[in-house]
Amino acid sequence: MNISRRTFLKLTGGAGAFAAAFAAGLVASGQAWAATWNKAGFESKALVDVMRSLGATEAVESKDIIITAPDIAENGAVVPVAITSKLPNTQQISIVAEKNPFPLAATFDISGGSEGYVSARIKMGQTSDVWAVVKADGKYFTARKEVKVTVGGCG
Amino acid sequence: MAEPMKIRATLQGDVADVRILMLHPMETGQRKDAKGEIVPLHFIQSVVVTHNGKTVLDTQWSQAVSRNPFLGLRVKGAKAGDKIGVTWVDNKGDKRTDEVTVTPAS
Repeated sequence: MNISRRTFLKLTGGAGAFAAAFAAGLVASGQAWAATWNKAGFESKALVDVMRSLGATEAVESKDIIITAPDIAENGAVVPVAITSKLPNTQQISIVAEKNPFPLAATFDISGGSEGYVSARIKMGQTSDVWAVVKADGKYFTARKEVKVTVGGCG
Repeated sequence: MAEPMKIRATLQGDVADVRILMLHPMETGQRKDAKGEIVPLHFIQSVVVTHNGKTVLDTQWSQAVSRNPFLGLRVKGAKAGDKIGVTWVDNKGDKRTDEVTVTPAS
């Protein structure tokens, strides 16, 4: 069921087709965890759409966000990215690789008990800016860093 | 059944440095196999990290996270012996939960 569903989505492509499939009841519902997953954001193909899905269209640049990533990544399949936010009351951190087919790579919702720090490894198709979008105290802030990719990791 | 995660939680002062390694193919849905057929999307969508049962990090991932994903975070106010739990769920509904105790820095 799931495999054919994915294949179907791949063939038809696009969010519109997905919405149609959803309306037609082709997509299995009742998966509670999927409710919070930012489908619009993860299926966006442009940076501006990702920002809109996060509600971060009015984000401002901040020097209190530190992106730790290599200047040159030899293998685009494994690019280590760590984001440290020194902003008080950091609530959410997102990692966005601007030129990936689907730029939004990950969103981390931080609750009271953890620091404004996350570390992960992402795939990058080509040389691109990596954006950190941080929500702190209800406002959005960004930072970016260019990562040069020698061999793409999306194929 | 999914492979167990490797989790390490080490105390540094009152902060637990948590490192998690999950074993998962994280297929992008763009790669083709030897027969030239597209390998369907298969990736971890959500990872929840808890500290003594209280959620401290709730993540949403796309297929752009690398194969065998790594996740690092720091949990404030931790003590040796505290429990760190990690649960992931992928887009096929498969899930895995593992738990470790925080160990003092060696």
